[in-house]
Amino acid sequence: MTKTSPLSKFYLALVFMFLYAPMIVMMVFSFNGTESTYIFEGFSLQWYEKLFHDKATMDALKNTVVLAVVSAAIATVLGTLAAVGINSMRNKHIKSSVMTVTNIPMMNPEIVTGISMMLLFVFAGVMFNKRDVLGFWTILIAHVTFQLPYVILSVLPKLKQSDNRIYEAAQDLGCPPIQAFFKVVFPAILPGIISGAIMAFTLSLDDFIISYFTNGPDFQTLPIHIFSMTKKRVKPDMYALSTLIFVAMLVLLILMNVAQSRSDKKQRRKQKEES
Amino acid sequence: MKKFFSIMFSVIIALSVFVIPVNANEEVFSKETIEYYKNLGLQGTILNVYNWGEYIDDEELDVVSEFERLTGCDVNYTTFESNENMYSKLSGGGVSYDIIIPSDYMVERLISEEMLLPLDYNNIPNYDKYFDTLKYGHLVGNGISDYAVIYNVGTTILIYNKNMVKEKPDSWKVLWDEQYKGKILMFNNPRDSFAIAQFVLGQSINTTEKVEWDAAAELLMEQRKRVKPEYVMDEVFIKMESGEYAFATYYAGDYELMVENNPDLGFVFPKEGVNTFYDAMCIPSASQNKKGAEAFINFMMEPEVALANAEYIYYATPNKAVLQNDEYSLADSKAVYPKHLKNTQEFHNLPTDTLQYMNSLWMKVKGENDAKGLYIGFFSVIAVVVVIIIANILKKKRMAKYYDV
Repeated sequence: MTKTSPLSKFYLALVFMFLYAPMIVMMVFSFNGTESTYIFEGFSLQWYEKLFHDKATMDALKNTVVLAVVSAAIATVLGTLAAVGINSMRNKHIKSSVMTVTNIPMMNPEIVTGISMMLLFVFAGVMFNKRDVLGFWTILIAHVTFQLPYVILSVLPKLKQSDNRIYEAAQDLGCPPIQAFFKVVFPAILPGIISGAIMAFTLSLDDFIISYFTNGPDFQTLPIHIFSMTKKRVKPDMYALSTLIFVAMLVLLILMNVAQSRSDKKQRRKQKEES
Repeated sequence: MKKFFSIMFSVIIALSVFVIPVNANEEVFSKETIEYYKNLGLQGTILNVYNWGEYIDDEELDVVSEFERLTGCDVNYTTFESNENMYSKLSGGGVSYDIIIPSDYMVERLISEEMLLPLDYNNIPNYDKYFDTLKYGHLVGNGISDYAVIYNVGTTILIYNKNMVKEKPDSWKVLWDEQYKGKILMFNNPRDSFAIAQFVLGQSINTTEKVEWDAAAELLMEQRKRVKPEYVMDEVFIKMESGEYAFATYYAGDYELMVENNPDLGFVFPKEGVNTFYDAMCIPSASQNKKGAEAFINFMMEPEVALANAEYIYYATPNKAVLQNDEYSLADSKAVYPKHLKNTQEFHNLPTDTLQYMNSLWMKVKGENDAKGLYIGFFSVIAVVVVIIIANILKKKRMAKYYDV
């Protein structure tokens, strides 16, 4: 490993500072004793208390998390099945056109996807004579739609890497096809599925424009809730909320890294023992 | 191991939001009120309310929860941030709201497009009891009151920093004064900003003459050149409280919010006039729970609820019971309840082509100087990319001489 010069260390520090300075300022002011955002007067947990009493924000947060988990789960299952199907296509022309169609929701600007989905739902609602069609199910369908390409694109490379012959060998040895899939192919593509699922979850949590157009009166997600505060001021209990989300994600990532390094160490030990 | 932790954590995060401590409030409402709402028969129905963000009390008195408790109705409370976005949500179809709270000109537009249901005031007995028709009835004349009940009233206001501005200003023209360059905050929405220019020029803020709109746009572009104002909405709170800006234009009640955090702020109602606005509760025509909606409007006019909302929102309320209440902290506020305001004008709905013209002028006003920088940036990126491509091609040609590529 080459030695890192002090200049590159300084550059790294600068990059991290730009990335995290806004977060740190917000975290500091979430403990502020007053409502101001530039004078820190006294440490207090009042914003965290106010946050938990704010029913609308808690509802929006619950909605956002539930939507993200459910849509990521559905998108992962559908995407994995789709990837397996695409991978086993023989005809090159059909395969490439299916891939192109899969990439469209990813390349489309979000506002185009959002408006077109809203129009589709309204049209379907008119056909089935349902005046208030927009709601949880429409926003769920919209989220799964834009998450699918990312899941497929995460799983396909892993499928290409894995060897098809092992799957056929398993069937030769008497395994029924579905069991062969779960015992042989599935563990090999698992890293791709997991990264696809995480990507889908993050995209759903983050999404604003598509949710804005396809949500209904009974389901408001957190980004929309915060955006609607932009006529009156955004209260500091939003800082408390963001701090909590940040800390939760940080803890999750740290734990995942610890688990990853542990399993890596185990694998290395196994390899050493075998050699 | 990884998977287990991720799943466990997402479950914990998901479950934690269900843990909401319930505070035991003492009963605020009288027995008759509780009986009235219980007997309406709204138990089990659903009410969809669409309101501005931060525009209902949920601290002192959780209005929505109290309504749910008293009526047994299930309220879905969602929020919007601008009249236009609310309108596009409503007109897009596929949604059915029972209560919307648009502003004055939007109410007129919805009425003219037949998107509102007429109100049955038999179900809103609090209207005759508490609504100050003498003072505010004229705002909903011309049949508007058949469809809307005023929720809040307000005016625009000029806020200034007493440390930076020595003389108390009396005119909107001070926003064009070059000595305050870079320290002026204007509205970041076309109607409010143009209204200021139109007051200075002595025009009607509802004019449909293209010439007058052009003159107002000219004035705003001159302001951009002279003083480089910043166009803000909710950022105005932080900016004025920080004490770094000399002037801001915003809404009267918000001055009271700001001055709590920065006592050096003063206000003035400029002599050319200010805009009076109101937000009103209406029932869209796609509503599926009209009875629940009228009960909600009635509930919002209950004295306790109106007081809680007025204290939370800081805007003027047309509810007589609030002003007569000794506990109301803003009753003496000269900003929220100004006396003897001259030259006030209200917004009315503009015809579509005027609105489109205004929007295109607004794009011009705001986009004036930014275009140059954008073009420079764009073409320099293209130039760099072209240079890199040419360099690569030349390199390949050079290599081809030496190797059999």
